[in-house]
Amino acid sequence: MISVGHYLAVSAVLFTLGVLGIFINRKNIIVILMAIELILLAVNINLVAFSAALNDLVGQVFSMFVLTVAAGEAAIGLAILVIYFRGRGTIAVDDANRMKG
Amino acid sequence: MIQLIAFYLFATIVIASAAMVIFARNPVHSVMWLILAFFNAAGLMLLAGAEFIAMLLVIVYVGAVAVLFLFVVMMLDIDFAELRAGFVRYLPLGALVAIILAAGLVFAVGAWSAGGVDLAARAAPVVSDKSNIQQIGELLYTKYIFLFEAAGIVLLVAMIGAIVLTHRQRGGVRTQNISAQNRRRPEDATRLVDPGVGQGMKL
Repeated sequence: MISVGHYLAVSAVLFTLGVLGIFINRKNIIVILMAIELILLAVNINLVAFSAALNDLVGQVFSMFVLTVAAGEAAIGLAILVIYFRGRGTIAVDDANRMKG
Repeated sequence: MIQLIAFYLFATIVIASAAMVIFARNPVHSVMWLILAFFNAAGLMLLAGAEFIAMLLVIVYVGAVAVLFLFVVMMLDIDFAELRAGFVRYLPLGALVAIILAAGLVFAVGAWSAGGVDLAARAAPVVSDKSNIQQIGELLYTKYIFLFEAAGIVLLVAMIGAIVLTHRQRGGVRTQNISAQNRRRPEDATRLVDPGVGQGMKL
């Protein structure tokens, strides 16, 4: 039978891949945002796995709120990306520290 | 047995497609792999018995977030080859951080035990004769109603923020101005002239 450890292993690998994605795609902010989505997905898998293992629904309710925040964060992040691209014609975020004011 | 096979199938695909998301050369392919990862994560959650969250994952992530990513990736005219310039340079540091993080997670899971969890103190125990979505609905609209509304406010703020950030008034675009149309009176638009006989017309 599938134990909670199986789910924890999957979500640990997914979380690690997300963090690795942030590091190796340091210039491409679109892929960074996608890696953040992967991290939040790993968190959701954890919450649901524990909710199923402990027979407690609160984990699933909380997972829904995480989903909400992830959707809002993606929308705002992509909006900022669009206006950043409009301003300088590139999305390389290496020189974002020059964005004064 | 069939559940275990399905679990390993979903888990393998979700991890493989997550790896493809961060390693793909083209961000459009990344979005496609992300969609595959979301679908298989929804399968994992179905196996755990969380049907509502699984369907929500498909609707919200695949239907909204991934399509949003796809729109933005395809709308912006970006030289992606240039953005991958530092890929190899950042790989060792990223791999190091990832290995440290993975080791930490392995230690944490290894040290974890459910001994301290008091199962009698569950906030919302699962009732077996009701469906998952019914139980979540009963919980969400009673005990967690304020959190639910707060989530709605978060979405509202995100929506208004995204619109305010990206909306712009472009000059030189001839759009319809409804108030100007409604303000317009016959005397502004027409003129009554009385030309003499043989005048008012050029031949």
